[in-house]
Amino acid sequence: MKKRKMLGAALVATLFAANGAMAEELSIVCSNEQDWCDLMTSAFTEKTGIDVSMVRKSTGETLAQVRAEAGNPKIDVWWGGTGDPHLIAASEGLTQPSGVDTSELLGWAQKMADISGGRTIGIHLGVLGVAYNDEVLKEKGITPPACWKDLADPMYKGEIQVANPNSSGTAYTELATLVQVFGEDEAFKLLREIGKNVNQYTKSGSAPSKAAARGETGISIGFQHDMVKLAKKGFPLKIVSPCEGTGYEVGGVSIISGTKNLDAAKKFVEFALSAEAQSLGPQVGVYNVPSNKNATLPPEAPDPSTIKLIDYDFATYGSTETRERLLKRWDEEVKDAGN
Amino acid sequence: MKRIIFQWIAVGLAGFCLLPWYMVDGGFWAFDWIADPASPENAPALLQILLHGRWWLAGALLALLAAALVQLLVKSPVRAARLTAAIAALALGWTMLQGLVIVRQGPRILQDLFAGTAAEQGQIGFGAGAAVTLLGLLFVLTTAISGMGKGRGDAFVTGMIGLIVSLVGVFVFYPVAHILISAFQTSVGAFEPGLFIPRFFSSEIWGIGCLVGQGSCGPAINSLMLAIATGVGTTALGLAFALIFTRTNFVAKPLLRVLSVIPIITPPFVIGLALILLFGRAGAATALFSDLFGIEKSRWLYSFWGIYIAQLLSFTPIAFLVLIGVVEGVSPSMEEASQTLNANRWQTFRHVSLPLMRPGLAAAFLLGFVESLADFGNPLVLGGNFNVLSTEIYFSIVGAVANPARAATLAIVLLVLTLGAFLAQRRWVGTKSYATVTGKADSGAHVALSRGVKWACYLTALPWAAFTAIVYSMIIFGSFVKLWGYDNSFTLEHYIRAFGMKLKNGALKLTGVAWDSYFTTLEIASIAAPLTALVGLATAYLLVRQNFRGKDVFEFSTMLSFAIPGTVIGVSYVLAFNFPPIELTGTALILIIVFVFRNMPVGVRGGIAAMSQLDKSLDEASITLGANSFTTVRRVIAPLMGPAMVAALTYSFVRAITSVSAVIFLYTARHNMATTFIVGRVENGDYGLAIAYSAVLIVTMLAVILATQFLLGRRRLRRENRIEPVAAGRA
Repeated sequence: MKKRKMLGAALVATLFAANGAMAEELSIVCSNEQDWCDLMTSAFTEKTGIDVSMVRKSTGETLAQVRAEAGNPKIDVWWGGTGDPHLIAASEGLTQPSGVDTSELLGWAQKMADISGGRTIGIHLGVLGVAYNDEVLKEKGITPPACWKDLADPMYKGEIQVANPNSSGTAYTELATLVQVFGEDEAFKLLREIGKNVNQYTKSGSAPSKAAARGETGISIGFQHDMVKLAKKGFPLKIVSPCEGTGYEVGGVSIISGTKNLDAAKKFVEFALSAEAQSLGPQVGVYNVPSNKNATLPPEAPDPSTIKLIDYDFATYGSTETRERLLKRWDEEVKDAGN
Repeated sequence: MKRIIFQWIAVGLAGFCLLPWYMVDGGFWAFDWIADPASPENAPALLQILLHGRWWLAGALLALLAAALVQLLVKSPVRAARLTAAIAALALGWTMLQGLVIVRQGPRILQDLFAGTAAEQGQIGFGAGAAVTLLGLLFVLTTAISGMGKGRGDAFVTGMIGLIVSLVGVFVFYPVAHILISAFQTSVGAFEPGLFIPRFFSSEIWGIGCLVGQGSCGPAINSLMLAIATGVGTTALGLAFALIFTRTNFVAKPLLRVLSVIPIITPPFVIGLALILLFGRAGAATALFSDLFGIEKSRWLYSFWGIYIAQLLSFTPIAFLVLIGVVEGVSPSMEEASQTLNANRWQTFRHVSLPLMRPGLAAAFLLGFVESLADFGNPLVLGGNFNVLSTEIYFSIVGAVANPARAATLAIVLLVLTLGAFLAQRRWVGTKSYATVTGKADSGAHVALSRGVKWACYLTALPWAAFTAIVYSMIIFGSFVKLWGYDNSFTLEHYIRAFGMKLKNGALKLTGVAWDSYFTTLEIASIAAPLTALVGLATAYLLVRQNFRGKDVFEFSTMLSFAIPGTVIGVSYVLAFNFPPIELTGTALILIIVFVFRNMPVGVRGGIAAMSQLDKSLDEASITLGANSFTTVRRVIAPLMGPAMVAALTYSFVRAITSVSAVIFLYTARHNMATTFIVGRVENGDYGLAIAYSAVLIVTMLAVILATQFLLGRRRLRRENRIEPVAAGRA
């Protein structure tokens, strides 16, 4: 009898040990790098005195959680990460317009707000690029690529790594970029040819550049700020902005629908968009382009004025319909083309 | 019987009348609710009914009073028990129903009926009062059932069955149903069961292209092949280690012990990374072989073989932990009898010892199989183009295109594979008796292994141990260098960043970034581990020692949570426990619960294997001497379960620290976990810090494991664990 009571008591005790409701603090999910998340938290708390509990999760995980929690959200603000999931959340009504002033922002950041009806606003721009491991290419005696079309050259056979667009937003950006640069049919033809050189379609978007850094693959496709970061650490990684023009992602910040801390959430969005906050990035190795006109651009960041950027159509290529069609076609025509 | 029922009625009434029925702000233990005990939020159910018009809560009160009346007035004990059981069951059903129907926003159905009542304002999640009342009702029910003669009239047994069934129901079936249902839904959420068949049998899942030489296989086939290979491999390696430990005089046993256990305590991704640095295209071993033998540097690691090696490394310890107790438990008397009958050592091993180990071998294989199916970290890092179910499920949920229907279908495929393995092992073990630990004195010595078996063990286990040692030196090395695998200059920077501390005004200040999550993780793991072991071993006891209807279903249902990938569990917990009646998201409690119910199957399997060796006559002797089943468990069975207990405790403690996929959706800033912290750093390319943290975790866990083993690990069988001296070998 005693054991059963003990068991019951233990269970009941643990059941309530932590069964507390939230204290009044702003709950933020951060989809940027950990250090950047930490720095922003302390800077925001210092400036406003609002307590923040911030946790880092990838955009996919965050979107899944926001969906599951719809109706009784435990998150107030979702800051950072590539813009597509933010736009999806906006179109599903999972986020709400913040009504924050966007006049200080660059055009692409305002456009993001326009497309989503103010539900998500651009905070940074990340340029798509190609990276190669200098040592590996030298050892193999192959010349580095300069354009998208170069990647189809048979000399790169087994050397290119890129993520699978079904699982990675980075790879979807690449797919959509090629479609916008070359036209759909031409783009798929090129992807099939590049596919012959691809050694692996990874699940995660940042994995190819990490593999290239360590020489596990010769060439990777991904976002340039990830590549800069690896190169800064000392890996022999060189970065190329393809000559035909390249696409980009716009990171977003959104307020979750039904938040109980709307005022504090708005203050955070204002802060995240301010020149003051965005200028802090380079301190912790954030090398993407900030959205506030007045923010200082890190010297290592890819300079949008020297790179040929396409006019990326987020409205079309962010829509579920286009996305599903392109991915279906990718599965049918590209996925198994290499092997 | 009556006395016990009244006890539980009293517990139920106390919960109903004294404790706040709903979840209170700031948590129960803050005791803020005492200051204002009658408010609509804090009031116990009795006051909720009287003051706040929540009449629908009255069901439990009426039932408890009615049960008391029945016990007092009805003379026939069996009729009284039946009536009481019916009343308690009704009240339990009613209380749960009202929780599901009237949610935060008000009633979900029959809005007209509730119009104008307090129900329109809705209600929040169950709190302390509700939990205690429900527990009281549950035990009234189970005690009454034992009063009807079920479970041999033993209230302890029916109570345990009731409790475990309810816990598994609430914390496994209820959440998992939330997500599996989407396999039967259209993309907009309409229910359409016909969709399931084509989804389930799609060639995209079951393709066998790789077997017939055309392209790649579907994830189901890949997962199945991998799981069988891993199950067989880990069982064989685990057995080799266990035999070396118990049947040979190998000199470096303690070292081997550490090496055989260390991989289990490695945070995810770390083994995969170490393998890449060794055997990747740019890896150290690859370069060596290329220089020495001119073998071309290739990417062979990123395939079936890479995952297979990583899984063997990761899961062999589980097989070992399950098998060592079993191998030890095989009775020397049997082996001696075999030798007396003139069998040689090999014959004894082949026809006596090995068959007696069957339950252990089956348990080890099943665990390896299921672990491999659900493994997420290794395939993610090393998978290449080899797709398995767990990663496909993860990316169906969090990928660029979320497809819950596909995730659910794949999860069901995974469950079907598990069910298949489960049934197969049941058939293989059969219904024979494997009892070798009896009440009789057992003074023989274990037969040493025959030369062939001994060398087979040495030749499989020792190279493997050496390999493990190399991989782990790589990892430790990685934590002390600037840029693992590239810039190998020595630094302590990673440790300082993670675990730095400063003396400030005489007080120690922890400045490292990892301290916070480190303590949270240890705290949660140490709460979860004993609970896991308790629930697991209790379940094992019921399965081995008690007979009741629906036992098979009960057994499989306890395996369920283990077989479902962590991602599915994580999302389903959010779907189920973010809303009343059970609102747990954002608390540490949900993390503890998820660990307990995910890891409980290891306790169950290990417990079953160990308990099948204990002769039933031990229980019977105890019962004959007048002890009840609780005393028997406590005084006879538990002391003989030392190794199984260690395995369950160790494993659940370690898993609570190293598991990641279920936790991703459940952790919050306040309850940040070590693994999510590490994975975040790995994603960020910050390997040094991640590995330094992993190294500290490994050392911590090793210390805990060794301490547990020291305190609990030895059981005292009435025999000596010695091995027959080789020189005096009789055969």
